[in-house]
Amino acid sequence: MDVTLTINGQKVTVPDGSTILEAARYAGISIPTLCHHPDLTNVGACRMCVVSVERARGLQTACTTPVFEGMVVDTESEDARETRKFVLEMLLTDHPNDCMVCEVNGDCELQDLVYDYGVAWPEHRGVRHSYEADPDPNPFIFIDRNKCILCSRCIRACDEIQNRDVWNFAYRGFKTKLVAGADQFLLDARCESCGQCVAYCPVGALYDKMSLGAGRVSQLTKVRTTCSYCGVGCNFDLNVRDGVIVRVTSAHDAPVNGMSLCVKGRYGYDYVHHPDRLTRPLVRAKWLGAEQVEEQVANGNWQIATVAEKYVQPPASGPQPSISDGTFIQTDWDTALDVVARKFTEVKKAHGGDAFAVFASAKCTNEENYLFNKFTRQVLGTNNIDHCARL
Amino acid sequence: MVSIATGSLAVRREQARERWLQKINADVYVTVGMGTCGLAAGAGDTLAAIEAELAKRNLNAVVGKVGCVGMCSYEPMVELQAGGKPRVNYGQATARNVPEIFASYFDGAPLRKSVVVGEVAPTVIQTNGRALHSLSFVDPESKEKTAFHQKQLRIVLSNCGLIDPESIDDYLALDGYKALETVLTEMTPEEVIEEVTRSGLRGRGGGGFPTGVKWGFARKTPKWPKYVICNADEGDPGAFMDRSVLEGDPHSVIEGMIIAGYAIGAETGYIYCRAEYPLAIRRLEIALAQARELGLLGEDILGSGFGFNILIKEGAGAFVCGEETALMASIQGERGQPWPRPPYPAVSGLWGRPSNVNNVKSYAYTPRIIRLGAEWFKNLGTEGSPGTAVFALTGMVNRTGLVEVPMGITLREIIYDVGGGISLGKKFKAVQTGGPLGGCLPEAHLNTPVDFDSLRAAGAVMGSGGMIVADETTCMVEFAKYFMQFVCDESCGKCPPCRIGSTRMLEILERITAGEGELEDLDEIRRLATGMEKGSLCALGQLAPSPVISTLRHFEEEYRAHIEDRRCPAGKCRALITYEIVADLCTGCMVCMRNCPSNAISGEKRQPHVIDPELCERCGLCMEVCKFDAIIVW
Ligand SMILES: Cc1cc2nc3c(=O)[nH]c(=O)nc-3n(C[C@H](O)[C@H](O)[C@H](O)COP(=O)(O)O)c2cc1C
Ligand code: SF4
Ligand code: SF4
Ligand code: SF4
Ligand code: FES
Repeated sequence: MDVTLTINGQKVTVPDGSTILEAARYAGISIPTLCHHPDLTNVGACRMCVVSVERARGLQTACTTPVFEGMVVDTESEDARETRKFVLEMLLTDHPNDCMVCEVNGDCELQDLVYDYGVAWPEHRGVRHSYEADPDPNPFIFIDRNKCILCSRCIRACDEIQNRDVWNFAYRGFKTKLVAGADQFLLDARCESCGQCVAYCPVGALYDKMSLGAGRVSQLTKVRTTCSYCGVGCNFDLNVRDGVIVRVTSAHDAPVNGMSLCVKGRYGYDYVHHPDRLTRPLVRAKWLGAEQVEEQVANGNWQIATVAEKYVQPPASGPQPSISDGTFIQTDWDTALDVVARKFTEVKKAHGGDAFAVFASAKCTNEENYLFNKFTRQVLGTNNIDHCARL
Repeated sequence: MVSIATGSLAVRREQARERWLQKINADVYVTVGMGTCGLAAGAGDTLAAIEAELAKRNLNAVVGKVGCVGMCSYEPMVELQAGGKPRVNYGQATARNVPEIFASYFDGAPLRKSVVVGEVAPTVIQTNGRALHSLSFVDPESKEKTAFHQKQLRIVLSNCGLIDPESIDDYLALDGYKALETVLTEMTPEEVIEEVTRSGLRGRGGGGFPTGVKWGFARKTPKWPKYVICNADEGDPGAFMDRSVLEGDPHSVIEGMIIAGYAIGAETGYIYCRAEYPLAIRRLEIALAQARELGLLGEDILGSGFGFNILIKEGAGAFVCGEETALMASIQGERGQPWPRPPYPAVSGLWGRPSNVNNVKSYAYTPRIIRLGAEWFKNLGTEGSPGTAVFALTGMVNRTGLVEVPMGITLREIIYDVGGGISLGKKFKAVQTGGPLGGCLPEAHLNTPVDFDSLRAAGAVMGSGGMIVADETTCMVEFAKYFMQFVCDESCGKCPPCRIGSTRMLEILERITAGEGELEDLDEIRRLATGMEKGSLCALGQLAPSPVISTLRHFEEEYRAHIEDRRCPAGKCRALITYEIVADLCTGCMVCMRNCPSNAISGEKRQPHVIDPELCERCGLCMEVCKFDAIIVW
């Protein structure tokens, strides 16, 4: 059933059960919010979205108030605007004045609203919180409670999306404090370091620890990508500065995962620029033929790789080590794949398809696993295929 | 048609009535007020002393433990009745006074007059051939009602102090659970709602919303299960009306809740009682067990097919949990924070289900309304606020206590006639109704009738029933500061206007009382108040500025004196007062000097002493100890 109401003189028809905020957004009318997030339940805490409703007693919060037939809403009444200003001013009276060096400068919902409403910095003689910054040893989550506006978005994100229910408020009144568990460290309070709470924080109270000082929004380029860790295919934005990935941020429009990411997707990006990372194939010299190896190494297309402790790496410079049958040669992809194809053909000829057993990976996408299955059954000619997730 | 079950209840009631008559007509019948107030004043020892005295005198007596009769300043209280003698109520009946009281009653020995409260004159309110028994006291000589009771009308408190709250038989004997019988056997749920609506009963939790209308909303919402919730959080400082009802007459609340359950279609009730009321909780537990045993709770009550159960949920010590949505969050095991309305509890309450939240007294009125009729109730009190109002009268009055008066009586009557005027012969200054969310009214408003609408029009509120009287020695800025401090401690912290606004307001009040105020601060207070009133989520934040704004409205000159003259006219704010020894009156006895904790007083023996204002901490101890009234404060 639909309901028709009037917002700022404009008639809007929305499904029954919608909130004023939903109706307004549907009609293209913007109402400021802080504690609201479309993914989370509404709690009506921050009071930014207050609007005037005809015949209602007092202002109503647009994010929680259901619409009704014939409702008349004014989102820009003087009362509403003044109250929003008051709320912002109150928040600023207990906020550090350090946007200049704040990580989220330019990417902060509080800052934007203070700008929109022209609220001056309130000097006063009263108390401000001075919590210790970065009090938690969690390697990924940075906390600065002095910036926390107690909107509870992190609490709801952790509870409703991640189902970990790590955060809550402790104490009362002005002393109300965001705490993990029973005022413990995050990792002692069931935190799995997914960073959802950071993603939903509208201000700089929660931030990605690995990205501290690495660049702010105006200095970063966002590159949408798909996570390489598993087959779910989560999308997110790589935040790149000078060709280096410095942060991963959730993308609300990601079709598979929305804002959700796991600890690997959000924080496991440091391997990308790791010097130990294999970026080209390594083939034993004996499969390539001594002549070809000598020639390609000499003209610099291939390199001799050494086995250094755990990792295999081409030596940076200096005298090239001698080549034996077992030496790894860093080749190009075509060469390496040719070697594999040749060997597969030999095996199949000599022993038949069932000489192969194939093990697929959960890190591959569905499409990749499908192709792998086709390849196994039709090209290799065996049904010996299994998957690592089938434990 | 009377079912078998109601028939057996009738038998039980007959037996109970007989036992009740035997008890009150026993050779010797003694009652002791055993509410929390009585126990705190030593009623436990009193009881032991009474038993010893009875043994000594070889008297075969029935000893009844009853709830509070409301006369706090007289606790502990004892009633004695023997043979054909009048029943006499004694106050200050501490264990030490018991032998003297017995000697007076039985042997006619002299007794200090202050101990006798009055003769007990059980009142019976008759209407429609039905009766409501209640207690009142008459002066032994004039046979007039005692001043404390003259203007009172005890309806919701009628059983308190009269019956043994741990005995369901006492309750049954005085027509308890009769209303439930009527409701279940003769009325449809709609008729019950109609009757309560017609009575004009308004919720006694503070808001004054019509109870019947509220029940109607909950009945109409087509979602099940539904819940009936009794708000027994009572967190106002100095308020104890609900505690007295729960401790003195728990079955009336239970009966009211079952009736509400039948009316709205609920099968479960919760009593949210603050954990600081262990005695109330114990008596409720006893009462619930008794009601279950008699089949008044549980499945198929009195053979009606209607089933209902009640659970007790102990609060966790937060004033805000008295706010109905925070209360439900707390029952759900969540942090006690309000959630926004609409949707209202009648549509989406506990666990998202239709729920009806009422105050303890609202429920306790309903059995009486069903039993004696909506018309009877409607004709009490005023047109807009029928019935009675229960107040915890505290502060600087001669007779503090729990009073129940018809709505419409003036503040003056409550303070001067019931409360006996201002204590220590001081002058009245202001009265605060509605607790920390209420407002204060000065002398000029003393003729305001006490009802929901008149109080609101005068800038105070009915609230849940706290009434604090301030005398001329009260500094109104400090008074306001006290309430703002309370709000700062009790704000749940959810929304910025209340969480931060109250802190900023308190800071200003602290500055003013510390002598650091500026005139602009007064405008800032008003601005903060507007922001909090308009922006806060729940009534705590919305109403929190009222004590400050009302003192500022009626006592602005006192604020200005603090700011402009750096002076506290009431002589209370330490930073703004000076203690001085009047040389002419000082005998040089040296007592003040010896008592001063900061060695600020000097002087020779038999010579006038002086106070060094630099060293003086303004604790006022010297003034208290001086026997010659030689020390003044200004
Ligand atoms: C901060 C706050 C505290 C409250 N405390 C109580 C309380 O202790 N007892 C109570 O009955 N109502 C209290 N109320 C009112 C309740 O929210 C609710 O209106 C009431 O229980 C409804 O019952 P009634 O209709 O019988 O008045 C409080 C309200 C607020 C805002
Ligand atoms: S990182 Fe994830 S699990 Fe840990 S607190 Fe934040 S949302 Fe919860
Ligand atoms: S840390 Fe951020 S998301 Fe969490 S309550 Fe504070 S401001 Fe809100
Ligand atoms: S007004 Fe105060 S008590 Fe009420 S929700 Fe807001 S912070 Fe909590
Ligand atoms: S966005 Fe509605 S109250 Fe915060």
